[in-house]
Order: sequence, then C-alpha cells, then structure tokens
Amino acid sequence: MKEIKVLGSGCAKCVKVAELIEEVANEDGIQVNIVKESSPQVMLEYGVMKTPAVVIDNHLVHSGSVPDKKTISQWL
Amino acid sequence: MLSIFTTLADWLTYDLFGLASDSKLGEAVQFFIEDTTKIFFLLILMIYAIALVRASLDIERVRDYLAENNKFFGYFMGSTFGAITPFCSCSSIPVFLGFTSAGIPIGITMSFLLTSPLINEVAVLLLLSLVGWKITLVYVMVGMAIGIAGGVFLDLIRAEKLLQPFALKAYQTGVVSGSNHSYRAKLSFIERHDFAKTELLDILGRVWKWVFIGVGLGAALHGFIPENWFEQNLGSGQWWSVPMAVLAGIPLYSNATGVIPVMESLIVKGLPLGTTLAFCMSTVAASFPEFILLKQVMTWKLVAIIFMILLISFTLVGWFINMVYVL
Repeated sequence: MKEIKVLGSGCAKCVKVAELIEEVANEDGIQVNIVKESSPQVMLEYGVMKTPAVVIDNHLVHSGSVPDKKTISQWL
Repeated sequence: MLSIFTTLADWLTYDLFGLASDSKLGEAVQFFIEDTTKIFFLLILMIYAIALVRASLDIERVRDYLAENNKFFGYFMGSTFGAITPFCSCSSIPVFLGFTSAGIPIGITMSFLLTSPLINEVAVLLLLSLVGWKITLVYVMVGMAIGIAGGVFLDLIRAEKLLQPFALKAYQTGVVSGSNHSYRAKLSFIERHDFAKTELLDILGRVWKWVFIGVGLGAALHGFIPENWFEQNLGSGQWWSVPMAVLAGIPLYSNATGVIPVMESLIVKGLPLGTTLAFCMSTVAASFPEFILLKQVMTWKLVAIIFMILLISFTLVGWFINMVYVL
C-alpha cells in the first residue's frame, strides 16, 4: 500500500492530479491511499513552492503541474 | 499594424451587422469587437514569446537569488521578480512560505507578492495597446513603488512578529535549506516551445473570460456613458473621488486582464488618470479572497495592516497623479 499525498490549496488542478493518480493506480492494479493535503504546514515541511505537488511514501516526487499518466505510472 | 482590428470591427459592425455608426449600440459593439480581437491576438503572441524567454526562470531560482542578496536592493528585486513572474493567487501561500523559510525578510517577500498581481506581461501589453506607453510607464512605476514601499514599511514595523507561529518559526530556523529542484542548465528549443505552449494554454484558459467581461463592461461604458460625464461629476476637483474609487474597487475582484479594458473607457470618458489607476489597482490587488488566503500564514492584525497599506497607498498615488498629470 502506497501512501500518497497531493499538496495544494484546493485549486482545480490539485483535484485533477488526485483523480489521475487514482485512475492510474486502478489501471495498474496498485493499492494506494490518496490524501489531499491543503495545510500550509505540510507544504512547508516538504519545501513545496509550486502546487500541485505529489508526495509518495514521504518522498516528494513532483511539484508545479499536472503530471501525465505515463509519469504517474512510473512513480507507482 | 493594429489598425487592421479597427478595420475589421468597422466592417463587422457597420457593414455586416448593419448597425448605424452614430448609434450607441453600434459604438459599443464596434468597441467590443475591436478590443477583443486585438487583445486575444496580442495575448497569444506575447504570452508565447515571453514564456519562451522565461522557460528557465522559475520560482526556486527567484527564491535563491533573493536569499543571497537580501540587502536594500532586495526590495527592488523582489518587486521586479513579482512583476515578471506569472502567478496565480492560489500559489501565494506556498511561495510565501518558501521565501520565508529561506530566510528572506517578510518585507522583500511582500514586495514580491504585492507587485505580482498588479504587473505582469499581459497587463503591460494591454496597457500599451489600449492607453499608450506614457500611462503604461506610470502604471508600472506606481505598481513597483507600492510593492517596494509596502515591503520596506513591513520590515520597519517588524511584521514577522505578526506571522502565524509556525511561519515565524520557519523564518527563524530556516527549515528548508537544500533545494529539491534540479536545475537544467540549458533547455532545448523543443523544451522551451513545450513550456511556452503549456503556459499559453494555461494563461489563456484562466483569462479569456476576464477579457470578455472587461471589454464588455468597457464597451458598455464606451457606448452609453456620455462624453466627459466623469470629468463633470468625478473630476479631480473632488478630492473624495479617489478614496471612493479605491473603496469601490475592493468588493470588485478581477485580475489585471479584466480591468484594463475598463480602464481605457474610464480614461476616454474623462475620469482623471489618478482616480482611474486607484480604482483599477484596488480591484486587482485588494481583494477578500486573497486576504483570506494570507490569513493562513499571518495573524489578522498583519492582514489588516497590509490591507490598510494598500488602500492608503492607492489613495495617495491617485491624488498625486491627479495633481501632476494633466492630460
């Protein structure tokens, strides 16, 4: 089970990223737990300055845009 | 070169739609077509061209640069970066925290955040094409001056003490030291093109509706408000018209793209330049959604102080320009 956090202040792009990850995880048959995180403390913790950002198992993998499905598949 | 849009609008309005050229409706429609076609043409061209150049400037670099050079010069640079870096208000919080935790003084960060919504390539371009280079220059100088002065003032009153505790702690300890971002030394043209294309679609997707709303309002003003109405009713003789304009701008929330076409109409109809600028800047920069965002990292007291700084400086600037700038 991978713990995934999508960081962002709740803008449309962040929602889209969370949906995309869920979609890819379903396609690849990978168990994930996705949390949307909008608190500024958490962004600070990971040093994120551009949202949406993606954290997988406590590791920042992406920041600043909506990633494409191929990229997401590589993370998982 | 831009006269082609006037010709196009004339042809569509008067020949194709058959509206009379001296009717109010005809004037408004002609104005709407001319401005929307011209604005979209220029927007596409400019956003793309600037994004090509800007492909290698990102927010992490701006932060690192400001962190290394945080002397007096920093306010000026903070404001300059604010002007050239595009920015959506939903990222103001992460940017604020990123700057703060790199040890950049709050004032410099705020110079960046205050200037950013006021000045950007789209705003400058619209101003240049709609109201000419002189007013554009005044607008840019005023926008930067407010950003710089606001930042200096916030550091003078030691605004960092009014941050939320976690943000203050981040500022004092500097939790983020290593950048997680790897710089690519050189981008190929294809990479730049891809970046510029994404930027173009992103910005256009955000601003297109504002162009229509702004030009629509501008067109309505243009066609239906009598020539010199503002001059007679809200001329520079009435000192209270400037603070009124600033207050009127607060509940109106728009970005620079939407407000500039309105600005053009206001000036043409004889509203003094200072009053117009005060109104437009207040609409763009002093908005409640933005302040509620800032509340996440600041105490109410600091949010209120920043709000007052903006209102007072827009009013002072309005008065000043009305005094010195007689068209």
